[in-house]
Amino acid sequence: MPGPDKETDLTERIEAFLSDLKRGGSGTGPLRGSAETARETTALLRRITAQARWSSAGDLMEIIRKEGRRITAAQPSETTVGNMIRRVLKIVREEYARSRGSSEETDQQESLHKLLTSGGLSEENFRQHFATLKANVIEAINELLTELEGTTDNIAMQALEHIHSNEVIMTIGRSRTVEAFLKDAARKRKFHVIVAECAPFCQGHEMATSLSKAGIETTVIADAAIFAVMSRVNKVIIGTQTVLANGGLRAVNGTHTLALAAKHHSTPLIVCAPMFKLSPQVGRLSSLNSQFTICISGEILSKVNVHCPVFDYVPPELITLFISNIGGHAPSYIYRLMSELYHPEDHEL
Amino acid sequence: MADSGVTDEPGTKDDVHRAKTEGKELSKEEKQRLRKEKKQQKKNKEKKDEKASHESEKKKNKEEKPVSAAAPASQPPTQPSTQKAVPAPAPVPVPVSETPALADKPAKTKADLKAERRARQEAERASKQAATSKPKAPPNELQPVVKRLPEHVQVDNPGVLKKLAKKLERQQTPGCNAATNAKIPLRLDYGYKVSLFSHLHQYSRKAPLTQQLSIPSTVIHPAIVRLGLQYSQGIVAGSNARSVALLHAFKQVIRDYTTPPNEELSRDLVNKLKPYISFLSQCRPLSASMGNAIKYIKKEISNIPSQCKEEEAKRKLLSCIDCYIDEKIILAAKAIAKSSIEKISNGDVILVYGCSSLVNHILCEAFEKNIKFRVIVVDSRPRLEGREALRRLVQRGISCTYVLISAVSYILPEVSKVFLGAHALLANGYVMSRVGTSQIALVAKAFNVPVLVCCETYKFCERVQTDSFVSNELDDPDDLIVTRKGKTQLEHWQDVPSLGLLNLVYDVTPPDFVDLVITDLGMIPCTSVPVVLRVKNVDQ
Repeated sequence: MPGPDKETDLTERIEAFLSDLKRGGSGTGPLRGSAETARETTALLRRITAQARWSSAGDLMEIIRKEGRRITAAQPSETTVGNMIRRVLKIVREEYARSRGSSEETDQQESLHKLLTSGGLSEENFRQHFATLKANVIEAINELLTELEGTTDNIAMQALEHIHSNEVIMTIGRSRTVEAFLKDAARKRKFHVIVAECAPFCQGHEMATSLSKAGIETTVIADAAIFAVMSRVNKVIIGTQTVLANGGLRAVNGTHTLALAAKHHSTPLIVCAPMFKLSPQVGRLSSLNSQFTICISGEILSKVNVHCPVFDYVPPELITLFISNIGGHAPSYIYRLMSELYHPEDHEL
Repeated sequence: MADSGVTDEPGTKDDVHRAKTEGKELSKEEKQRLRKEKKQQKKNKEKKDEKASHESEKKKNKEEKPVSAAAPASQPPTQPSTQKAVPAPAPVPVPVSETPALADKPAKTKADLKAERRARQEAERASKQAATSKPKAPPNELQPVVKRLPEHVQVDNPGVLKKLAKKLERQQTPGCNAATNAKIPLRLDYGYKVSLFSHLHQYSRKAPLTQQLSIPSTVIHPAIVRLGLQYSQGIVAGSNARSVALLHAFKQVIRDYTTPPNEELSRDLVNKLKPYISFLSQCRPLSASMGNAIKYIKKEISNIPSQCKEEEAKRKLLSCIDCYIDEKIILAAKAIAKSSIEKISNGDVILVYGCSSLVNHILCEAFEKNIKFRVIVVDSRPRLEGREALRRLVQRGISCTYVLISAVSYILPEVSKVFLGAHALLANGYVMSRVGTSQIALVAKAFNVPVLVCCETYKFCERVQTDSFVSNELDDPDDLIVTRKGKTQLEHWQDVPSLGLLNLVYDVTPPDFVDLVITDLGMIPCTSVPVVLRVKNVDQ
């Protein structure tokens, strides 16, 4: 029977995805970039929409929320998963509203006026059944997938607007977005890149070898030398793990120091982040990593506390510009973008 | 010639007086004349010098003596030029002028002769000044000191490198066989240097200087060879440790030293030390504290009176060195610890960076006084010196936390004070210290945590610097290579033409990040460093 097969097939896929996420987070499995995670999440959600049994938009949203809670619990630090789930929920709401034929006004924003006047109208229970809803939702998710596939290219296309010749650019750690950004600019311009290695995992080394193979003059420095060389740097371009709702960042360890040094020298700090990294959640700011490779002899290791945070919080005052697939924005505009991407009721899954 | 020479002597005293008053005016007039006569006398100058020197050789020298009394600074440039021009050895002017006035001479002819002589000597002086171009600056306390730029920051200048190579070849102790390969080798740079730092040396630890030395080395004392090797391999590291090791090695050198015949200890020993210092600076560039120690030793050696017997002189020098170590390093550490302990209170969380012997000493002393505090040790790649500090503190029983420097902004909200050590304190108030110190001071400032720097006064330096580029040390770039998850990304970095590794050793912290400097003279703000230097110079 096709029904139960589809169900088991779906649950299998969800389980496989969950275990992948768990392994990726603990470092045992292959490291995935956030773009890949976003694409897989969206693909999975499309599959859920297609194969799960639901009759109305409300049911679909319930199913998505339930699965979403499970998935985010598997790997809390991977915020792109939660972001994609919220995007899809928003898509469902929009398609439902369109099918119902209600006006295109954005009724998501809670305003004092609306609270007072339309007491009952805001209670949409999404119970109406529309035959075309499934097809519309799947089509919209396909559009989302196309958008996701093009994010890196869209960001890289803007590189020439921001990098001039003979510049010295500094970056930290490894970000695929920044790598593509710099390689695209290097096709037309000559500049110099300084990469901070970002101990203890030293992902900066990989970034440096990749950039130098593309013909860009690269220098690798230790984290301790960030402030020492900052006076000769023209721009700092970094990637991030998450963009928070206030315009701040949750980025790799060491980024806060880099941002402070850039602020001291009045060097612009540019963050290349696609829109799927924008997250409304205010979870734990930094998670600690247990796999910290240091060599301290055993007898003192037992008497010492060792801390190894994975992420840093960077406040929005230190950031000059965000470059995303839809263009460049100031940090103060991020809250507005977020309201367009997610519905406020979905902020808590 | 003899007659005219003899008639000169009674007139010398008058001439002295006149030359003194007219000397300075003459030089101004002569400067004007110089510009006119320079072009005319270029060709005639040599002939004139030869003629004039032959004719009035003795007179010139006698006249130079009184003129030299008037303007001593001008003598060195003029004397060598006359010596060059005079092919025959010039008679020593000292006994001539000192001999008392001989028998009385006819007074009338004296005045004529004097007039003639003066006219001739003015012309000669003008021609001499055409030859030499140095202005006669009167010695003044605030004379602008034209410092020679040290060699280790001029690596991009091939002329300077050639001069250094020649200097190392020349520095051989007297009496050594020219056949033996007894010269100090020149260490070669390694690897691709980042263009911003092409003016600095970059050596590889795998190619120590001692591989190029012959065994046994007749030029360099074995204690110095061992010391140089310890420096270049990083076995002896840290400003205080390096200075103390240097002083102990010099003590050994002095003990083994014997004055060669016909030489004075005060001059010969200084000359003997010069090749050692060149060797050590080739192994690893000298630190500011080592430079000050060497200056002190050289001064002590040259102050040894010539009547002093060798044994006594050696004993004196050894005790001077011991005294220096005691005063400037050990007692200073005690004084600094005493002042710093007032700044540590119960319940403090203190952040330290790397391994500074002074800061470790302070923390251990504070712990002995039963102050309850805990320590956070910040460490950085590639040296990872914090592990040594961690070991020392944990052995004493102090509770410690260990983080890498990228986690500083994570841990700083817990911290109440930051204690930093220094390699040198520059005259414009900047603190030169291990790379990463300025970063910690920056983040501490952002979180409003007080930053205290502990530094002995013998590390104060007259240099000024505003950034970490112009004068720094580049360590072995291969130290940055690391294996993570079984892959060594940078293993073949030399094969990739556009990839460079930068391993800086020092950086400078601006004075606005530092709240207090604790020295053995007391607690001073960062900007008072030149005051301390001036006081020290006056004392000496």
